[in-house]
Amino acid sequence: MLKIGPYTFSSRLLLGTGKYPDLETQKKAVEASCSEILTFAVRRLNIFVDSQPNFLETLDLKKYTLLPNTAGAKTAEEAVRIAKLAKASGLCDMVKVEVIGCDKTLLPDPVETLKATEELLKEGFIVLPYTSDDVVLARRLQDLGAHAVMPAASPIGSGQGIINPLYLKFIIEQATIPVIVDAGIGSPSDAMIAMELGAEGVLLNTAVAGAKDPVKMAEAMKLAVEAGLLGYEAGRIPKKETAAASSPLEGLSVN
Amino acid sequence: MKLQINGEQVEIPEKIQTLKDLLIHLQLQDQVIIAEINKEIISNHKQGETEIKKHDNIELVRFVGGG
Repeated sequence: MLKIGPYTFSSRLLLGTGKYPDLETQKKAVEASCSEILTFAVRRLNIFVDSQPNFLETLDLKKYTLLPNTAGAKTAEEAVRIAKLAKASGLCDMVKVEVIGCDKTLLPDPVETLKATEELLKEGFIVLPYTSDDVVLARRLQDLGAHAVMPAASPIGSGQGIINPLYLKFIIEQATIPVIVDAGIGSPSDAMIAMELGAEGVLLNTAVAGAKDPVKMAEAMKLAVEAGLLGYEAGRIPKKETAAASSPLEGLSVN
Repeated sequence: MKLQINGEQVEIPEKIQTLKDLLIHLQLQDQVIIAEINKEIISNHKQGETEIKKHDNIELVRFVGGG
């Protein structure tokens, strides 16, 4: 079970809700993923255009926990405001702190992320900061009382997979809170490697929403996360430099 | 009554008294809409009791798809 603050989840795949080709595909993909945590962004609406219910209103909110993000924020202050707006809905008290510090790489601003996390913890939020793969920052966030840390596998939406497994392992090895690998996942094997490294969960969006068949990919990601966890728990064999026959060498009495 | 909603000047009927009335007037009552009035965030369960005054600066936001 994945434990985040006071909450417990049986699924370790957290799914983003952006960029799906249409609502019907999105709904089926969410179902196929078996995800229990869905991320959302908070945006100003166009009062003259946005009168149609959107994806959120089609969801059975008893089945899902909402994880609003603070995407769009470039400062801690903006992130805190977005988080408070989301919480005012009465639908959630978890937040993914996302404070982007670089428009090209979409890497987070570590200083503002830390400040926003501190402020939101004081306000009683369940806080999951999105971070780079910096173990020192992860530890600082953990020391503040963050409920999980979510290091990027590679830049958001890049589909590059896990470009620095060693750094992710550094974070995982010292963590006393769940490490959820967030961003950059491209294929099921990427999600599986994250889990085999010892991550407690994987958050992805584009890898499913942008796949040729998002529903099938959602299922593939679910299976990959489960397989990766099983593999991690089972304990893989050490890598050796030499071959070792799998079949017995005795009893070769064919001569 | 003149209001500023999401940066636009909007004229609404005088009979609208609360935030809830305003959302119904804008045909947004079936959506999860969160409001900020003059920089103060209003909890959704208080929309029915929150009064609207002329020249209020209102921000309306909602959840959209995101990762």
